[in-house]
Amino acid sequence: MASFDKLIDHNKRLSVLLFVLLMLLLGFLGAAVGVLWGGDWYTGIPVALAVGGIYFFFSWSFGDSMILSMNHAREIQHEEAPQLWNVVEELSIAGGIPMPKVFLMDDEAMNAFATGRDPQHASVAITRGLLEKLNREELQAVMAHEMSHVRNYDIRFAMLMAVMVGSIVLICDILRRSIFFGSMGRRRSNNSGGGKGQAVMMIIALLLSILAPLFTAIIQLAVSRQREYLADASAVELTRNPKGLVNALRKLSDDPEKLQGASRGTQHLYIVNPFNKEGLDSLFSTHPSLESRIARIEQIATAQ
Amino acid sequence: MEKGLYIFGGLLLLAVIYGIYIYNSLVRKKARVENGWSQIDVQLKRRYDLIPNLVETVKAYAAHERELFERITALRSAAHAAGSPEEALPLENKLSGALRSLLMVSENYPDLKANQNFLALQEELSSTENKIAFARQYYNDTVKEYNIAIDVFPNNLISRKLGYEPRSMWTLQDASEGEPVNISWS
Repeated sequence: MASFDKLIDHNKRLSVLLFVLLMLLLGFLGAAVGVLWGGDWYTGIPVALAVGGIYFFFSWSFGDSMILSMNHAREIQHEEAPQLWNVVEELSIAGGIPMPKVFLMDDEAMNAFATGRDPQHASVAITRGLLEKLNREELQAVMAHEMSHVRNYDIRFAMLMAVMVGSIVLICDILRRSIFFGSMGRRRSNNSGGGKGQAVMMIIALLLSILAPLFTAIIQLAVSRQREYLADASAVELTRNPKGLVNALRKLSDDPEKLQGASRGTQHLYIVNPFNKEGLDSLFSTHPSLESRIARIEQIATAQ
Repeated sequence: MEKGLYIFGGLLLLAVIYGIYIYNSLVRKKARVENGWSQIDVQLKRRYDLIPNLVETVKAYAAHERELFERITALRSAAHAAGSPEEALPLENKLSGALRSLLMVSENYPDLKANQNFLALQEELSSTENKIAFARQYYNDTVKEYNIAIDVFPNNLISRKLGYEPRSMWTLQDASEGEPVNISWS
């Protein structure tokens, strides 16, 4: 437990660091927009940060309910699915965290996710298909994985990253448009000035606007994959049963159904990627491949 | 001379701040242990409530397992009446074993296994057993952390004086009892 507390602390520190880094990037992009719009570089920074701030405020307050309704999840109580409810309650005791809200998605596909901002404001959701096809042991393993995302503050991190990616994409969009309109405007006003220096700056801004979202997404995905491994490991730490998780992951990978409600924006939340289940390990995948996940779990199992 | 006094005062202040920090962390760790214990307590009480219902339901189908019912009922009241945790824990462990046999025995009665009421009780019981096991796991983890915290230097200089005594974990005598109840009824 102590070592997991350390990992959780490490996660928190890494989150802060990445957040600051992306904030700087956002500010820099804002400065670039400011310059292109003919203002000073320092007028653009507060505007960009304000965009991020507003985005953040909405996500913090309504993010989880928006995600849940986007995925057609419906909150349930004990009577509707006693086994599911009991399993979640068991795990909240094991992890020493409050009982999260439990949601059900009426879909035949097999998947599950967790969302919220901290263990006190968390929700876990599971599809009907997964609930029906897993036995108790496997259900416990899957929910332990989701509860680990809650306990490790991955849900908060995912939310913050989504805010940063969203804001940076938006600012880059503005940046690209300003390059176009900015160059038009300038050509009309002073057709002799500018010249080469301006053209170079335009190209740099254009490159920046294309590379920045890519860079952010790569960071987001790298951390997301790392946290999937950690959630698997802490799931096993909670249930002390690696076999259940391995069996559950195997069943999940054999599932032919596609999740209807899933979108690209929420794909990283799920226990397995709803679009690309078998996927190989690459820079752009949200989850590690199931094969490497199973291999790591078996490593933990033999080490114990 | 004056300078030395300032340095001494500064060091004293640092020591006091560090002492407060240690004290607060001990208070927090002790609270977690207490909380862990009360979780176990809640689940044990829940099990006391479930047992009479379960025994009644099984009785209707498997009347001649009388000896087992009597053992469970006796263990339940003995554990319920026990004053201290040290007294109660061995009884609770035995009770877990007896309940496991009850669920095992019920496998032999197809009519019973078709009874919706029984199935619901079975789920509640195995979940409660899991919750007890998980609460114990959590409790033992917090006790371990607490015991280390009061014993390491320099915490041990103040912990004993403030009445922080080491706590004992809830261990199981029989290794097989460590397994949570896992009955498959697929």
